[in-house]
Amino acid sequence: MSESDAARRKREEAELRAVWDIPRGWRYLSNCNNQVVGLWYTGASFFFFLFAGVLALIMRAQLAVPDGTLVSAGTYNQLYTLHGTMMMFLFAVPIFEAVAILILPQMLAARDLPFPRLSAFGFWCFLIGGVFVGGSIFFDAAPDSGWFMYPPLATDTSQTGIGADIWLLGLSFIEVASIAAAVELIVGVLKCRPPGMRINLMPLYCWYVLIVGGMILFAFPPLIAGDILFEMQRLFDWPFFDPARGGDPVLWQHLFWIFGHPEVYIIFLPSIALLAMIVPTFARRPILGYGWIVLAAVGTGFLSFGLWAHHMFTIGLPSLSLGFFSAASEAVAIPTGVQIFVFVATLLAGRVIFSIPMLFATGALAIFVFGGLTGVMVALAPFDWQAHDSYFIVAHLHYTLIGGMFFPLVAGLYYFHPFITGRMLSERLGRWSFWLMFAGFNIAFLPMHITGLRGMPRRVFTYPADHGWDGLNLVSTLGAFTMAAGIGVLLWDVLRPGKPRAPRNPWNAGTLEWVAGDPSEPWGIRSVPPITSRYPLWDQRDLVRDIDEGRFFLPGAPEGRRETLVTGVLDAEPQQVLRVPGNSFKPLIAAVFIGGSFIATTFHWWTAAVISGVLGIAAIMVWLWTGTATIPETPEKDAGMGTRLPLYASGSASVGWWAMFITMVGDGTAFLSLIFAYFYYWTIHGAFPPEGSPTPDNGLLLAGGAAAVAGWGLTLLARRANGAGRPGLLRALIAGAALLALIGGGLLILAPWQAGLDSVAHVYPATVWVILIWTALHLAVGVLMQGYCLAGSLAGRLTREHDIDLRNVVLYGHFAALTVATTLAVLVLAPLAM
Amino acid sequence: MRVAGSLAPGVFLCACSGPQSALDPAGREASEVATLFWGMLAGAALIWLAVIGAAVFAGRVQKEPIGDRAGLRLILWAGAVIPTLVLAALLAYGLRLMPVLRAGEASLRVHVSGEQYWWRVTYERADGTRIESANELRLPAGRPAEIVLDSADVIHSFWIPALAGKLDMIPGRTNRLVLHPERIGTYRGVCAEFCGRSHAYMAFPVVVLPPQEFEAWLAREAAPAEVPATSTTDTGAFLANGCGGCHAVRGTAASGTIGPDLTHLASRLTLGAGMFANTSENRRRFVAEAETLKPGVRMPSFGALAPAELDAIAAYLGSLR
Repeated sequence: MSESDAARRKREEAELRAVWDIPRGWRYLSNCNNQVVGLWYTGASFFFFLFAGVLALIMRAQLAVPDGTLVSAGTYNQLYTLHGTMMMFLFAVPIFEAVAILILPQMLAARDLPFPRLSAFGFWCFLIGGVFVGGSIFFDAAPDSGWFMYPPLATDTSQTGIGADIWLLGLSFIEVASIAAAVELIVGVLKCRPPGMRINLMPLYCWYVLIVGGMILFAFPPLIAGDILFEMQRLFDWPFFDPARGGDPVLWQHLFWIFGHPEVYIIFLPSIALLAMIVPTFARRPILGYGWIVLAAVGTGFLSFGLWAHHMFTIGLPSLSLGFFSAASEAVAIPTGVQIFVFVATLLAGRVIFSIPMLFATGALAIFVFGGLTGVMVALAPFDWQAHDSYFIVAHLHYTLIGGMFFPLVAGLYYFHPFITGRMLSERLGRWSFWLMFAGFNIAFLPMHITGLRGMPRRVFTYPADHGWDGLNLVSTLGAFTMAAGIGVLLWDVLRPGKPRAPRNPWNAGTLEWVAGDPSEPWGIRSVPPITSRYPLWDQRDLVRDIDEGRFFLPGAPEGRRETLVTGVLDAEPQQVLRVPGNSFKPLIAAVFIGGSFIATTFHWWTAAVISGVLGIAAIMVWLWTGTATIPETPEKDAGMGTRLPLYASGSASVGWWAMFITMVGDGTAFLSLIFAYFYYWTIHGAFPPEGSPTPDNGLLLAGGAAAVAGWGLTLLARRANGAGRPGLLRALIAGAALLALIGGGLLILAPWQAGLDSVAHVYPATVWVILIWTALHLAVGVLMQGYCLAGSLAGRLTREHDIDLRNVVLYGHFAALTVATTLAVLVLAPLAM
Repeated sequence: MRVAGSLAPGVFLCACSGPQSALDPAGREASEVATLFWGMLAGAALIWLAVIGAAVFAGRVQKEPIGDRAGLRLILWAGAVIPTLVLAALLAYGLRLMPVLRAGEASLRVHVSGEQYWWRVTYERADGTRIESANELRLPAGRPAEIVLDSADVIHSFWIPALAGKLDMIPGRTNRLVLHPERIGTYRGVCAEFCGRSHAYMAFPVVVLPPQEFEAWLAREAAPAEVPATSTTDTGAFLANGCGGCHAVRGTAASGTIGPDLTHLASRLTLGAGMFANTSENRRRFVAEAETLKPGVRMPSFGALAPAELDAIAAYLGSLR
């Protein structure tokens, strides 16, 4: 009576194929599967890399000879600004997220990560924002004041045109996408590991994803806060960076580099993570010093937040700060050294096969170590005073980024290409590509160290003859074009037709991504295996066969729904079968409207911006309503291997709760950056609020805060009412909570308005306004969520057992209440305490 | 380090010299930093060879793998312990250098203000008298000079590689730098922080003079313009075309403060903030085509003036010695 094993396998495969099918034609764009989105993401960021590379070649052509006339000063300034901006924001960071989205599900033997639609949304935001920022150069409207956009030059609307707004708004939009991807990746690593893969059995790549995801969460928000202040100055003349009205251009430098320095490590660590996968495979042994490298990576992540001021050694910092930041900058070399020696020791303790990925990895090491050593030099303030803003720094940063990021990435491309596409790249072309790139790179950038110390500043569109810079620059230009030829060979190798089919696991690696057989099967992994080793393919016998035969978890999709396994954060015990939403155009539509809102704001089309923004929020609401927290037809199901697992989880057991928590940590960091701005101004002014300045009425502020906190209390009671099975009371309480939040937010805005705080006159009122608007906006978003819960309750989507939405709103409420309390403490208590 | 510091410059001299080279120092800070650089370079070369040597050996040469314990010892010593010691020593040396370099008393004070895209230079003597100048810095050798830096518009950065490291000029702030010029000669300073369209054209000559020569020069610079009263060099065209609205020529009716002081323009080495040699032809060209030659500059081009007018202005400027 029971079906034969072969018939079962056939049925299961047909089920999976139907469920995970990749749509064709124009519906292909509705794809919400991380492996497809990951491929788009990788392709798009690589395209932006090529684009930014071409910009660099034009610059090198201009600088080949003194007094070059190929491009004008105005064009050159756009070229170099866009080159840096695109390489950093549209290539280096996104490619990490792209590659992680692409390979993480396979590495975790997960059908998918928990929020595939969020990934799709993030990708579309990235693409729209990237095309907007990059395309501006064709309209002579690209940003032109450097990728770190120092005010007051960049805030001056008469000197920097719309380019600066494109930079600020376009990139803010992309930063939101970056944070969305970080949320997806962190939750993916924490909650979607295969059963038994305890946190200390994770592949090193997963550790790095976790660390870098966390860093993005704390590093990007300060920049978003800075962008807000910056754009308020550009659009409405609020004086945050204008010293004549109490502002200070240096605050931007702090906010930018609190982001900018961790960003260097956000770029560098994921590439080291690729090496951490490649090196053991070709040393044919497990990594030596797993604990060492994990601790070193965590240490690098922490230290990277304490170094930002070394980008500001020449602003005239006091000696104590110079000493501290010099020491911290030197210290970060130590965990970096540990990571490098973990690789060296693993190679020494193994029997190395010297393949193309290893060739690129060795090249990466040679370049990166050199960049690290010049980094140790510039970390010393006295040397940096000479090197800063000269071509020495241009050389240093390219050595670290190309050695620490680009070469490992190409190593990863040669390494992972077989399982992603099922095809092998050419060894011969790989060698050509490597040597052209390696030689070209060094010919281009090694002389720049000397050019810089001979006094050539960076960011000059031309230079006079007879300063000893001519020959060096010509050599650099020749090297740049040689390197470009190497990239051309690489591109040809990737794009050429007729590449040979790759065998399964061609490198004989030990980690789970190599289980992937035929990439034309859309399901990812045939069944999810229990894991007992860091290198399961080396240590667990018959693992691949049993996976293929569907002997493990989730072998089929009998209900015709996309499912992935959710496990515990530390021990990876199976907890839930998560229904993942399928393909949809809604993320694309939401991204188009939200992007449209940012773009319209750039051009000051206010009505269009508001309409587009409202439509975008509506699209997100529809997407959430139709795609998330749906009530399953049965509470639990057979997950395979004799395990029955629930289909629904809420609170801290659910992935949604974790996503909300992580997002709000990032949000809180942005808020704290605004608070940092308030106290920063306080320290430079002595008296804050300044003498004679009107201040918002404390009574109104406190009343607003009290209403908001009372609303939070009602939300808590609402959750309790729901738990007690009283939907009527729930609805009444949640409506009351929303009303109180509206009143609270209204009072918080009324206070500065009634006191006549003029946000243009001085930085104090401007800062107060920004903090209060931020807080009130958070209350308004909370109201939107409360309304969503109310509608859910009325529609029967939110019930006693099925309360994900409510619990997430409660979690949001905690953070919003904390925001309100902090705002009051800063605006009411702190001035009283002085 | 001392050995490397004295040998290496000899080897690399041809590649490192120049009027704007940090490796061809003419001041105290620059020499200390150049020595530091050569020492660090030697150390870096050794470390690079050791690390890459080990990696290449492991990948291509080694036949028998080392044991795990030896590998872990390598991580501990080469990855953690040795770098910590080396970096601590380097840091101690660098930190010791820091207060030595930038502190100190000086009898001469020079205020330099960055403006798009030129330098307002004001000498302040010990008695408090101030002498206006622009786009050139002259300093006495062997005597410390305090440079007071600020900015009138955007962020600039004051950098004379041959004398010392750079220090930013930030609107709303004042920075102080003490220079110790040691070697007599002519060097070049630049703006190191991107400041707009003509950032590349914001430079200035730096002349280090023997102290007596410097004093004599400063006395001349303090005096008003002495224009020989000939028909070709009168102030007529200069004033009639409004030049005096922006520029000052002390001793005449021209008293503008928007642009550079021109009282002794003809005695300066360069024109347009380090852009051109200070020849009569270049002076005429700059007046006629300022906007084209220096994108984003505030000065309008006066190319529409009659050639005779332009000649007169250029001749007048050439007489301001």
